[in-house]
Amino acid sequence: MIINKKIAVSETGFIFNPATGDSYSMNPIATEILEMLKKDMSEEEIKNFLLEKYDVNKSVLQKSYDEFIDTLIKLNIIE
Amino acid sequence: MKKLNFERPIIKKLNVGPSHKFGLKTEFEPLTHIDEISVKDMLSEYGSPLFIISEKSIRKTYAEAKRAFETRYPKVQFAWSYKTNYLNAVCNVFHKEGSWAEVVSRFEYDKAVDNGVDGNKIIFNGPEKTEDDLNLAVENGSLIHIDHFDELYTLIEIAQKHKKKPKVAIRVNMDTGIYPMWDRFGFNYENGEAWEAVNRIMMSNKLDLVGLHTHIGTFIMTASAYAIAASKLADLAVNLRRKYNHNLNYIDIGGGFASRNTLKGSYLLGIDTSPAFDDYAEAITTSLINSQLDPENMPMLILETGRALIDDAGSLAGTVIANKKLSDGRHATIVNFGVNLLFTAFWYEHKITPAQEFSQHSETTSLFGPLCMNIDQIRESIYLPALKKGDNVVVSRIGAYNMTQWMQFITLRPNVVMIDTKQNVHVIRQNETNKDITGLESVPEHLKLK
Repeated sequence: MIINKKIAVSETGFIFNPATGDSYSMNPIATEILEMLKKDMSEEEIKNFLLEKYDVNKSVLQKSYDEFIDTLIKLNIIE
Repeated sequence: MKKLNFERPIIKKLNVGPSHKFGLKTEFEPLTHIDEISVKDMLSEYGSPLFIISEKSIRKTYAEAKRAFETRYPKVQFAWSYKTNYLNAVCNVFHKEGSWAEVVSRFEYDKAVDNGVDGNKIIFNGPEKTEDDLNLAVENGSLIHIDHFDELYTLIEIAQKHKKKPKVAIRVNMDTGIYPMWDRFGFNYENGEAWEAVNRIMMSNKLDLVGLHTHIGTFIMTASAYAIAASKLADLAVNLRRKYNHNLNYIDIGGGFASRNTLKGSYLLGIDTSPAFDDYAEAITTSLINSQLDPENMPMLILETGRALIDDAGSLAGTVIANKKLSDGRHATIVNFGVNLLFTAFWYEHKITPAQEFSQHSETTSLFGPLCMNIDQIRESIYLPALKKGDNVVVSRIGAYNMTQWMQFITLRPNVVMIDTKQNVHVIRQNETNKDITGLESVPEHLKLK
């Protein structure tokens, strides 16, 4: 997964797409995941990190992660 | 090290536009405790979903209502509307506070008697009272509110067999400017039917006319409508005294006071727009005091308000089952309680609050119940923090009508607990089992599979 190079992401979860003029806000966990994607971490590494840090079971995490990635693809934030 | 609370990752498009109230989130604090008892602890112990009733809240609301009326009128009596919530523990909190019982069926009448309410403190309303019901009510000296002429004539016949003179009132319907006008109950004021009923009772000499009753509607947002109702009943009472020199014991203004819930389609929140007890009390008592009623023989004012007294005391706690995306991209959340338990979801935009900590980020979601029926929607659109499977939510202000109009549809009904004023939790209605339901059924021999 590659983050669209034109997209600007702030540390506070604010996203701006200069190509469309659209801006978005993310909650802290979404921001954290996008940061890890930017560092080219694999899905497995990201999930392991989150499992370690947060009180969540594997299946809920998997479902939440898939849904979030799907949304990012639909919004053209990742390709 | 304790792990952090996990919130589902969400991304939300920011829309630029003029500010408006719909963009504001409604929940800022989680509802983790009710009367200082942890919601999550109660769910673990008594199961999810769970109805939670606060005795403290009932008593507080009752005291507010009582103060509003008693400071404005000399004789006030509340009668607990059984149909609003007839769980015995709930009824008994009201009875302990001094409420009489207001019932509308034999089932409710027997419940009131079993709860220990004296027969002469039971008001028997409603269109259906069988001869057997009427006989019992006459025997017990209950206050029978006549709904139609057929009932009036039946009562006159019954009265001839009894040594006791039945104590009766008539229910009067009238135009108070409220739409829809509830003209299906009682005798109409404007067309003279109510006055005719009064005359027939008085001329029969078989019944003791002790009161006049009206109930102008439900969730009445305009307190002034009650002023019209009180004034019309006072006129009837004044005419009764003029013609027969007969004083009434009471005027029963019924119920219909709005709770602080928000009605569907309403622009503003119920907490900002519903009249307070003081508003209703001011309208009703001013009207009675300014009427031509004899100041030496002012009738007792009876109030049968149900919803406004119990709604705030009830909460329904439940659990998120799943999240999903609908075909048009909208987000949907499924919870483990539906319209089978939350009948009032058809009427209200219920206040729903997460029971655990959340961040300031929220999303718009449709909230569905667990029933495999398309109608099972709790909120069409609600702005909530990102909830995940297993998270808990609390629906507030559900004390009225849900524990009586709930349906045993598709699944069974859960435990109902009451938190008493000393923070002890009591199960006041056990969760149903299959046996409770199927125990009433029987299968013909030739259809048995085993």
